[in-house]
Amino acid sequence: MLDPSYFAAADGFIARYGKKSSSIIPVLEDIQEEYRYIPRELLTYVADQLGVKESKAYSIATFYKNFSFEPKGKYVIKVCDGTACHVRHSAPILAAIQKELGLDGSKHTSDDMLFTVETVSCLGACGLAPTLTVNDEVHPKMTPEKAIGLIQDLRGDEA
Amino acid sequence: MIKICDNAALDLRRADARKALESYECRILVCAGTGCIASGSQVIADTMRELCKELPNVTVECSGHVPHIGVAQTGCQGLCELGPLVRIEPWHYQYVKVKPEDCAEIVEQSVLQGKPVERLFYRDQKDQLCPKPEDIPFLAKQTRIVLEHCGNIDAVSLDEYIAVGGYEALSKALFQMDPDQVVDEIDRSGLRGRGGGGFKAGTKWKQVAAHKDADVKYVVCNGDEGDPGAFMDGSVMEGDPYKLIEGMTLAGYAVGATEGYIYVRAEYPNSVARLHYAIAQAEEAGLLGDDILGSGVSFHLHVNRGAGAFVCGEGSALTASIEGNRGMPRTKPPRTVDQGLWERPTVLNNVETYANVPDIVLKGSDWFHTIGTENSPGTKTFSVTGSIANTGLIEVPMGTTLREIVYDIGGGIKGGGNFKAVQIGGPSGGCLTKEHLDVGLDFDSVKKYDAIVGSGGLVVMDEHTCMVEVARFFMSFTQRESCGKCSPCRIGTKRMLEILERIVAGKGTMEDLDKLEEIAKFVQKNSLCGLGKSAPLPVISTLKRFREEYKEHITIKKCAAHVCEALKLYKIDQEKCIGCTKCARNCPVDAITGSVKKPHAILVNKCIKCGTCLSGCPVGAVHIE
Repeated sequence: MLDPSYFAAADGFIARYGKKSSSIIPVLEDIQEEYRYIPRELLTYVADQLGVKESKAYSIATFYKNFSFEPKGKYVIKVCDGTACHVRHSAPILAAIQKELGLDGSKHTSDDMLFTVETVSCLGACGLAPTLTVNDEVHPKMTPEKAIGLIQDLRGDEA
Repeated sequence: MIKICDNAALDLRRADARKALESYECRILVCAGTGCIASGSQVIADTMRELCKELPNVTVECSGHVPHIGVAQTGCQGLCELGPLVRIEPWHYQYVKVKPEDCAEIVEQSVLQGKPVERLFYRDQKDQLCPKPEDIPFLAKQTRIVLEHCGNIDAVSLDEYIAVGGYEALSKALFQMDPDQVVDEIDRSGLRGRGGGGFKAGTKWKQVAAHKDADVKYVVCNGDEGDPGAFMDGSVMEGDPYKLIEGMTLAGYAVGATEGYIYVRAEYPNSVARLHYAIAQAEEAGLLGDDILGSGVSFHLHVNRGAGAFVCGEGSALTASIEGNRGMPRTKPPRTVDQGLWERPTVLNNVETYANVPDIVLKGSDWFHTIGTENSPGTKTFSVTGSIANTGLIEVPMGTTLREIVYDIGGGIKGGGNFKAVQIGGPSGGCLTKEHLDVGLDFDSVKKYDAIVGSGGLVVMDEHTCMVEVARFFMSFTQRESCGKCSPCRIGTKRMLEILERIVAGKGTMEDLDKLEEIAKFVQKNSLCGLGKSAPLPVISTLKRFREEYKEHITIKKCAAHVCEALKLYKIDQEKCIGCTKCARNCPVDAITGSVKKPHAILVNKCIKCGTCLSGCPVGAVHIE
């Protein structure tokens, strides 16, 4: 059973955008941002509140990449694999990070719930390719070594 | 903020704002574009503010959200790779790669004494110092309309936007032109949609304006710049948000719409934040909302964040997403101009298109025609990235040649390599090669060569880029982003991707090439929306221009660019090898033979190309062929 605070937070988001069906995407975005995932019970609740069928809410939540039913790590690392980053060799960076964290193409979040690793198609900082973001903060001109260093720094902050 | 009730009040406000701008003895303009922020420009701006706070003779003023301590955070100054960028006015010094420890010297030398800090100037290819922006070839050869203010004013200051002529166009339209005249002006200007297709904006506006009896109409801005390698629209939204807002307000007045939506992709948090702030400022000042400037005209603006779906850049998918649905395109007609958002007549243009509108209304369509080519008037912004010396954001007249962009502005190929191709128009575009270097880029010319201008991403590639792998890369992108509604796109992109994956893995056959072409044509012809229709373009254009490369991958299993992992051939130089046996001992599959102190060799059939021997060789005898 989800903590009541989740529902209270959802009520707040709903109030922000209005109790109408078109608010579903912005409300889910806020939930995703707040909790780093969308708890299923909350999806049901939001759908009900906004007068959207649960099946439709589910179809929306699974259509857009940014929504996730799995809790994400504290640090969401998005490695850019847009064209500009790709031609400047972003693939080895992703591989190095995945290796460091024991992740792969199907396992995105580390067991300690600290890191989630994803790829993104473009961050709009192409001039500084290859790039990655950690919770929306852009890190420019990456190399596999710099990326590993970054992860170690973040781990150090936790220790 | 005091509300600006009428035209006269706007003039007063402008005079005040100009006076305030002119009263600065010195202004430190720190670039706050996404690129420079990533390079650490926020720390530079904070340090400068901190340092300037202690100075007695620098004007300290506060206006609104952003404190003006003679330090302003501007939109993209263009040279993203050399960030953080800092410009010092009135001396017009352009500093590059500024570090926090440089700030004190800048303040000491430039701010207080007007002297340059030479070591922070840009050096061109001939090692000449370039003290001012106009000395830097990258910046000197541009024509800026859309990006006019980016880098010159505080990105989120409404007063600074007004000071440099902002809202003159809106006041002219509201008080001297009727809506139809505004539509006519845009129509005569020949402004074409900057988002991809190059459809005439005036035609859309006319069609929406013609729906006189609609209860409500909408103006929608496509800021879902999803093409990887393109960041022009993001730069406008975060660097000059008021220009976009004014452009959309003008569109609303012209076609009789009172509601507007800006759909911004999720990856642009800076854009979303600055648009929200700018909209609130404009509303508070009476330049947006009800009864704008006392004219009785109303226009309300909303910001919608995307949630990560490339297909939402397609018009009907975008409106579906705003309505709270899955972002899936629908069949047309009905067209968006007749039944768009919530099935009402809707003007849908992209960010750059709206950002052109204020200047056209103010200076007239004849002025607009003096720039660019006959059928593609005006300028185009491009984001220039990839294997090029100067990456960044540029704006040039339509018809500028690829050679001028790559060599004169971009400074040529990074590291002095050879130009191979440029991918234009993102995953929906094609590639242009050496033979096209002198083609003037505009909407029509590029189409002749199986490519599109698209939104304006230019990714430059040198001989270290494998074109088959590039085609595979784009296909994996469009395949992943296909919404799945229509089968030609859903299945076709998947089948094409499978073939391309086979070829880069060295398992392709010559029949695959024919199959690839056949599916490409089918998907192009039969897909429902622009995503599917254009998805095969990278394949079609690389097959046409780099067919030999495909053939090499298939017949002799060779990737000349040494990119395709499966086709790499590891070899040991018999002359260099000292027979230390390290490689043989480290090889995980025992693919290396040879005895102590004798040259070793790699068994090609056993080698899994892991690269262990290459990285471990003490004398550099292992290489890739």
